[in-house]
Amino acid sequence: MWTWHKWFERHTLILVIGILVVVSIGGLVQITPLFFIESTIEEVEGVRPYTPLELAGRQVYIREGCYVCHSQMIRPLRDEVERYGHYSLAAESMYDHPFQWGSKRTGPDLARVGERYSDEWHRAHLVDPRSVVPESVMPPYAFLADAEIDAANMDRHLRANRMLRVPYTDEQLANAAIDARAQAEPLGSNAYDFELRYPGVAVRDFDGDPARVTEMDALIAYLQMLGAGVDFSTYQADAPENER
Amino acid sequence: MAYAKKESVWGIDAAAIGAILVIGMFLALFGISRALEPAFAVQMWTMFAGLFAGVVGLVGVLGADRTRPPSRYENGVIKAGVIASMFWGVAGFLVGLIIALQLAFPNLFYFPEWGFTNFGRLRPLHTSAVIFAFGGNVLIATSFWVVQRTCRARLAGGLWPWFVFWGYQLFIVLAGTGYLEGVTQSREYAEPPWYTDIWLTIVWVAYLLVFLGTLWKRQEKHIYVANWFYLAFIVTIAILHLINNLAVPVSFASWQSYSLFSGVQDALTQWWYGHNAVGFFLTAGFLGIMYYFIPKQANRPVYSYRLSIIHFWALIFLYIWAGPHHLHYTALPQWAQTLGMTFSIMLWMPSWGGMINGLMTLSGAWDKLRTDPVLRMLVVSVAFYGMSTFEGPVMSIRAVNSLSHYTDWTIGHVHSGALGWVGFVSFGALYCLTPWLWKRQRMHSLALVDWHFWLATIGIVLYITSMWVAGVMQGLMWRAYNEFGFLEYSFVESVEAMHPYYAIRALGGGLFLVGALLMAYNLWRTATSEAPDHERAADVPVLAPPVAAE
Repeated sequence: MWTWHKWFERHTLILVIGILVVVSIGGLVQITPLFFIESTIEEVEGVRPYTPLELAGRQVYIREGCYVCHSQMIRPLRDEVERYGHYSLAAESMYDHPFQWGSKRTGPDLARVGERYSDEWHRAHLVDPRSVVPESVMPPYAFLADAEIDAANMDRHLRANRMLRVPYTDEQLANAAIDARAQAEPLGSNAYDFELRYPGVAVRDFDGDPARVTEMDALIAYLQMLGAGVDFSTYQADAPENER
Repeated sequence: MAYAKKESVWGIDAAAIGAILVIGMFLALFGISRALEPAFAVQMWTMFAGLFAGVVGLVGVLGADRTRPPSRYENGVIKAGVIASMFWGVAGFLVGLIIALQLAFPNLFYFPEWGFTNFGRLRPLHTSAVIFAFGGNVLIATSFWVVQRTCRARLAGGLWPWFVFWGYQLFIVLAGTGYLEGVTQSREYAEPPWYTDIWLTIVWVAYLLVFLGTLWKRQEKHIYVANWFYLAFIVTIAILHLINNLAVPVSFASWQSYSLFSGVQDALTQWWYGHNAVGFFLTAGFLGIMYYFIPKQANRPVYSYRLSIIHFWALIFLYIWAGPHHLHYTALPQWAQTLGMTFSIMLWMPSWGGMINGLMTLSGAWDKLRTDPVLRMLVVSVAFYGMSTFEGPVMSIRAVNSLSHYTDWTIGHVHSGALGWVGFVSFGALYCLTPWLWKRQRMHSLALVDWHFWLATIGIVLYITSMWVAGVMQGLMWRAYNEFGFLEYSFVESVEAMHPYYAIRALGGGLFLVGALLMAYNLWRTATSEAPDHERAADVPVLAPPVAAE
């Protein structure tokens, strides 16, 4: 009965092909349907692409490894919904290349941290976490306030995203460098045009340093928009198109 | 005559490797000249320096005297692998201890002026150092040893095994120094950026070809079972690596990139990769070690040939499905979560099939556990394998996962597998290989091996028990309600409650590190101080391969 296995044991190529076939099945069956089943991503209003400044902040978030301690994925469990807000939808991370759902909560979930704390609180907390939360084990990020953002290259970032079908307009692409600064300079000459290109987006001096647009501005701008997008009055969990 | 032919082959491999190195150097210089970010320039200088060192080494090898016929087996690259494994192991454990201390004593171990020492940057340094630098070097070194002995053939490819070894070290250095500079694409266990991924792909293809080439040259009819596992590990890691790292770089002069997939598809692709980095890197590869070193050290044949067939195919088939259990209750569609859970539970069976095959190989040789600390280490590693492959399926059940997910229970689970299984089976293999490679009768000190075993075991027990308590406590605190129907605890109260457990965990990790330092000293003394033992000058004959039932 076991003689058939000698084919695999005596022929390297057959063994390699056998391995390839056997390890491919699971991934093909699980992953590929996610690109084709329409209900995988819910139909909701309000999810928008990141502004250049938010995108720069998101890159800081990734660079500093925030995702190793903070999740951005609220599970549909009673305590999580009460602690953090409405459970996360797939639609909310449809422009996230890569996703930032995280896997560990050494710190709290951040999926809906946007506009829960003031900019000043975030700044003080990032500079010295234990000055506002004495029990915290978070590292200090004071150096972000001294690093100016790399606005000049933001058009490349937006272009890479547009290649991946994030719907940036030609105008947004052309003004990426200007917009990256404009969002943090509410009294600047480009603030008005920025608001036309990104309607409804907060324009503030996030880091309290009017002279410069820093990585602190970018990171706080990103944190303050997390979870703010979806208009949940338009989301019906039990609608047939959202059954999953 | 045969040798003359071999020399011409040497010429081709040197030319091809030289071409790769020189092209890489030009690309690195081009990157430096156009770099959009300082970190990218530093990375390219690192790449250039590594490749330049490779060219110098290559010229040195070609200039050396090659009139001597090559030895029966290629051992030099395995010796280098043993040294590299030990070095990266100690480095990785040390970084792990530092980040454990940061969480236990944040006021002492964070330095506001040195952002590169923050937890978020050191954590990928720790995971990559222990998994890919330590584990990867152990896998490359042992697979090169095992495939030669069980095929009775010299490693194929002339200089290519050396390219694999040094190319892999360059990958480690590029990735590790990158993390300190903040160069990461935030995919857990796949953090290196696009150019480092491309470099690893080149090295990995060379590794696959060296391994396959040696199998093709074999003097044995059958491919020994350890090699099935090594082969599955190499092939599957290649697939996982290629697909999970698909990304669009911001520019060819930038380390930053955006992953091809987004949101929910990206999440499942990442955890399909992430869980199978566990399944194929940390399991299949190390099962290859188990299937060679335990029978060898116990001097007994593998318990069951048929069990090894069943558990091999079942393990590699089922593992690939298990990824979605990392995404329970997330925005991943429920059908995918359920599939992942179901296959994770089924996975318990082939995992324990492997454990039984490893443990029962000791049949008739159990008494050796009293006298041979190296064998004890190997056997205890299989026991830890059994324990964590039972715990894993339990945690993959959705209801259990609702408590355990996002907590330190997961960290404890990972470490019972990583320290207990991967760590101990690697230590056992290195304790076997060092006397064999340096032609010594035994390790310099068996008493030190004993000390290592007990320090590490106590360290692991402290680590995993403290993380169990910490994890379950976190999960319960987060979902606790008071009598008025409000959440009982704020999040930060759960952080505060972790302090004693984080301190105990750091103590456990410290003991594990001390054990590894004793081991490094012991390996060093074994290789350098004892006079060569001529009894073992000849290579050890191979294990008889399993005979197919006709």
